[in-house]
Amino acid sequence: MMAAFSVARSSCGLINGLRVSFRSLAPVKHGAVAAAALQTSLLPDCRRYSVGHLSVKERIDMKRKAALVGGGQKRIDAQHKRGKLTARERVELLLDPESFVESDMFVEHRCSDFGMEQDRNKFPGDSVVTGRGRINGRLVYVFSQDFTVFGGSLSGAHAQKICKIMDQAMTVGAPVIGLNDSGGARIQEGVESLAGYADIFLRNVLASGVVPQISLIMGPCAGGAVYSPALTDFTFMVKDTSYLFITGPDVVKSVTNEDVTQEELGGAKTHTTVSGVAHHAFENDVDALLNMREFFNFLPLSNQDPSPIRACHDPSDRLVTSLDTIVPFETTKAYDMLDIIHAIVDERDFFEIMPSYAKNIVVGFARMNGRTVGIVGNQPKVASGCLDINSSVKGARFVRFCDAFNIPIITFVDVPGFLPGTAQEYGGIIRHGAKLLYAFAEATVPKITIITRKAYGGAYDVMSSKHLRGDVNYAWPSAEVAVMGAKGAVQIIFRGKENQAEAEAEYVEKFANPFPAAVRGFVDDIIEPATTRKKICRDLEVLASKKQVNPWKKHANIPL
Amino acid sequence: VKKSRRCVGDKNTKSVFCLPPQTFDKILIANRGEIACRVIKTCQKMGIKSVAVHSDVDASAVHVKMADEAVCVGPAPTSKSYLNMDAIMDAIRSTGAQAVHPGYGFLSENKEFAKRLAAEGVTFIGPDTHAIMAMGDKIESKLIAKAAKVNTIPGFDGVVETADDAVKIAQQIGYPVMIKASAGGGGKGMRIAWNDEETREGFRFSSQEAASSFGDDRLLIEKYIDNPRHIEIQVLADKHGNALWLNERECSIQRRNQKVVEEAPSTFLDSVTRRAMGEQAVQLAKAVQYSSAGTVEFLVDSKKNFYFLEMNTRLQVEHPITECITGLDLVEQMIRVAKGYKLLHKQEDIPINGWAIESRVYAEDPYKSFGLPSIGRLSQYQEPLNLSNVRVDSGIQEGSDISIYYDPMISKLVTYGATRAEALSKMEDALDNYVIRGVTHNIPLLREIITHPRFISGDISTNFLPEVYPDGFKGHQLEVGNRRELLASAAALYITAQLRSQKVLGNLRVSSTPVECTHWELCAELGEGLYSMEVEVDGGKVEVSGQWNLASTLLPLTINGTDRMLQFKVRVLSKLAAELNSYMPEKVAEDTSSILRSPMPGSVVAVSVKPGDTVAEGQEICVIEAMKMQNSLTAAKQAKVKKVHCKPGETVGEGDLLVELE
Repeated sequence: MMAAFSVARSSCGLINGLRVSFRSLAPVKHGAVAAAALQTSLLPDCRRYSVGHLSVKERIDMKRKAALVGGGQKRIDAQHKRGKLTARERVELLLDPESFVESDMFVEHRCSDFGMEQDRNKFPGDSVVTGRGRINGRLVYVFSQDFTVFGGSLSGAHAQKICKIMDQAMTVGAPVIGLNDSGGARIQEGVESLAGYADIFLRNVLASGVVPQISLIMGPCAGGAVYSPALTDFTFMVKDTSYLFITGPDVVKSVTNEDVTQEELGGAKTHTTVSGVAHHAFENDVDALLNMREFFNFLPLSNQDPSPIRACHDPSDRLVTSLDTIVPFETTKAYDMLDIIHAIVDERDFFEIMPSYAKNIVVGFARMNGRTVGIVGNQPKVASGCLDINSSVKGARFVRFCDAFNIPIITFVDVPGFLPGTAQEYGGIIRHGAKLLYAFAEATVPKITIITRKAYGGAYDVMSSKHLRGDVNYAWPSAEVAVMGAKGAVQIIFRGKENQAEAEAEYVEKFANPFPAAVRGFVDDIIEPATTRKKICRDLEVLASKKQVNPWKKHANIPL
Repeated sequence: VKKSRRCVGDKNTKSVFCLPPQTFDKILIANRGEIACRVIKTCQKMGIKSVAVHSDVDASAVHVKMADEAVCVGPAPTSKSYLNMDAIMDAIRSTGAQAVHPGYGFLSENKEFAKRLAAEGVTFIGPDTHAIMAMGDKIESKLIAKAAKVNTIPGFDGVVETADDAVKIAQQIGYPVMIKASAGGGGKGMRIAWNDEETREGFRFSSQEAASSFGDDRLLIEKYIDNPRHIEIQVLADKHGNALWLNERECSIQRRNQKVVEEAPSTFLDSVTRRAMGEQAVQLAKAVQYSSAGTVEFLVDSKKNFYFLEMNTRLQVEHPITECITGLDLVEQMIRVAKGYKLLHKQEDIPINGWAIESRVYAEDPYKSFGLPSIGRLSQYQEPLNLSNVRVDSGIQEGSDISIYYDPMISKLVTYGATRAEALSKMEDALDNYVIRGVTHNIPLLREIITHPRFISGDISTNFLPEVYPDGFKGHQLEVGNRRELLASAAALYITAQLRSQKVLGNLRVSSTPVECTHWELCAELGEGLYSMEVEVDGGKVEVSGQWNLASTLLPLTINGTDRMLQFKVRVLSKLAAELNSYMPEKVAEDTSSILRSPMPGSVVAVSVKPGDTVAEGQEICVIEAMKMQNSLTAAKQAKVKKVHCKPGETVGEGDLLVELE
């Protein structure tokens, strides 16, 4: 690549230089921000109607102005004091500058009970900001719940606004990002609020697999409200300021007599490490929103769009020599699958999903020669990379997302099998493990598999094997595809035989290598690890035109 | 294989290399890492087959790949592999190696090993056993040096038995004193004491370290010469009574008595002193019938008085700089001498051609006492071999692990120039071009040292680091101009990345009217500070251009017409994000006074407290050993011990919780 900065507007994509000027080098302490009120200039000669003393234009301006400050400056300050941004600040930061097109700014709630009909209880736009905008030029629909208006509680009008943009997103095929910060149902509205939730849930379900749906929990989200994020493709949280739970600590105390804090019950740490409800947690609002932009770059806009390809600076034929030594000689020794992933993908850029939950499997998004891919890998570093209930479910959901949205799947296999034990069997490892098997088998996107070391037993079949329609299956020279490890196998095959060590050596010689799989065509090639990136990039180019259709069905019946 | 070293003295050495003399058919290298690779290279040059030995974790190490044959000699701990004489002797027998090069450290100065080799008729590439014995023992060596009319330091010429003895002797010599392992070297098992209490503590630590490093806990005590320079003379002797001095190496830049930056020649020596030191070194070598390459270390005070410190009867870590200025291949000379050849050169043949600097690049955190070991996997690694007159001696490559088992040295970076200034400026470039990711490394400190005015003027001593950085090394302090350049570069990078994000190929659904941006308002976080800037594409003040892309590990930039090579991590935010960031709460940092975390990866040697104990501020809580150094961890305040999370023998990682106080 010649000179440095390719700017979209310059015809040749190059400019000679870029100049930076430092107007003030003094460190920025606090910027003046941002519930920026519109400069309204009232025209003196505008037409007035007979009702009231304000012209329509003036009333429009007033409403807009009111909508921009939500629940008012006091509540905005309170929101800031909690370390949270306002609904509008969030939208502004998430979207490209000046790209936000707001809808339903004039919608107000329709509740007339409990004094809600009074003017002071009416807020233009109610407790949510909705609209569309762009992230790096790509269309997205957004709703952002406004905690400063009735604690972001969900009224009929609030739900209606969300439903409207979801319907539009479905019509044009664009993702929906929800920024959740809501105290729950608008109790004053009663059943209307519940109906509103249901309307949203229905749309979440209908949109599932049609457009990507992302929830970013940036405040409380409790009760029935949690099911909207739960139905979306990804749920992200903000550390220390966001909570997700069915019932709060008080109810928990009264029902089960457990003492638990909000944070312990439904904080970011709980959901990203224990429950697996959330897919990632970010440090704060700004961090979360900026990361959301990066994350969005990986996604196609809808199931009708191909996996996006971004301009790539990392050579697709780069040899990764460090991989030649990464797998230790002793089969019992661990290594970090993330090292392999980082070294192979473009620019070491890997967006890991659920990095702290079921760490024996690694899933996430990356790019290969600019094209988004989904990566699934067993993690030998944690529990030897075995498959258990949690890792199967984590893997399965990720694989299904990729398949739904045309994202090729690259699977790195080093799996000693399924985790044995009563805890797993009683927990239903059979039906949960089946999910991952099911997901890989039904996927029709390009599937490339690399066996780095162990591929034992049923877990070998599960991990995107040739038999499940893997398009390209590679083995590294260190690969061992077998029913089980040498020791266990020998105890069965040569039960009672004296010289177990010799039998073990024979087994290792025969099975602890890639040949048994390679001679049967179950792996397409045995490749030098250093060439893995190059091969995957080439294969993806070929597989870009892959067409595969599953038999017609109303919908498949994944073992839930 | 050969790419990782470029001999910078080629033009001088050619005549020697044309006709390699018949020496050995096969040499076993009883070492690992860079020095094993270094020796194998000379073997290859001389047409000698090489045998590597390795521990099981080193099975795919560079030296194993380079050698013609390799033998595993045991598990990871050095005592079971690289110090395992039985296994190494077996390896020699099974491979039929005729000679052994021991490198430095490990068995290089082990008389027992040399004896066992001799017993089996295998040549030890190094001095004879009697010389190792004589010089290996610091007490004996001092007596021999005295007899050979070599200047020595006043001190106690005997073994110190107990801590009380140590105190008594120290009082007799007068503080400050140096306590060191009789068998020691490389700064291990060495402590300075300024009073009785420190003497007791030093005695304890040094004897423990000496025992674990050398299997010999004998200690000696001598007068500590304050503010000295450490200058050493390289000698080379054959088995026919000939000996040469190959000029000096200045090794004053040290931390915890371990060398960091070395150069040859020294800025401090005049030709008279150099000759006097050289001649005394040769006298000593001759006195012990020394053969092979060796190093006589001296302390030199500000009046150019020099005192014999010790003689290292092996190849030194920093030998490459001598090779650079003399044009000799020391390993080749050692092999020739071991075979029994006479020296090829006379004293008057030994030149000082130009100047050479060596920086020891370590996997360590320079912000903690000038370097505490760090471990990890070299996720990205690129040596600056694109530059001329740069030699990198390393034994690792991208993907290698720096483990707790071995020395954390990544490489020796050597630059050469006709003048010192040239060599220094080359060193600056080389450090800037060095890419190391995955482990914390000391390049920031190295770069700071070699550009420091005091170092440039040659005003250095072994106390250079503590004097220049009394509060510890805090990293480079950017001047306004440099900071602007860095910020401008960070901005350029940020904008390039932003613009790239908008380039989605073949996707017709990207907005046809992208936001045209020729003006950016950004904010960068640099250290503690936040800096705002306005970026104008085509019009403004700091110009940044260059050939690079977003996948580059190095950024070659032209900033206002000056070429620079940059590697940095600066967080850049849009103006809006920076403004909103001011609302973000600061995460409450852990109260570090009531918890003790391991400052480095290592193993727990001793835990001195148990729950319920009350500790005073500064009282030792536990001792962590990492890379053969014992580090005492102390209480930050007076408190009661709440919980102990570690026990002796356990391996701990950096940041692991060790002890909680109330």
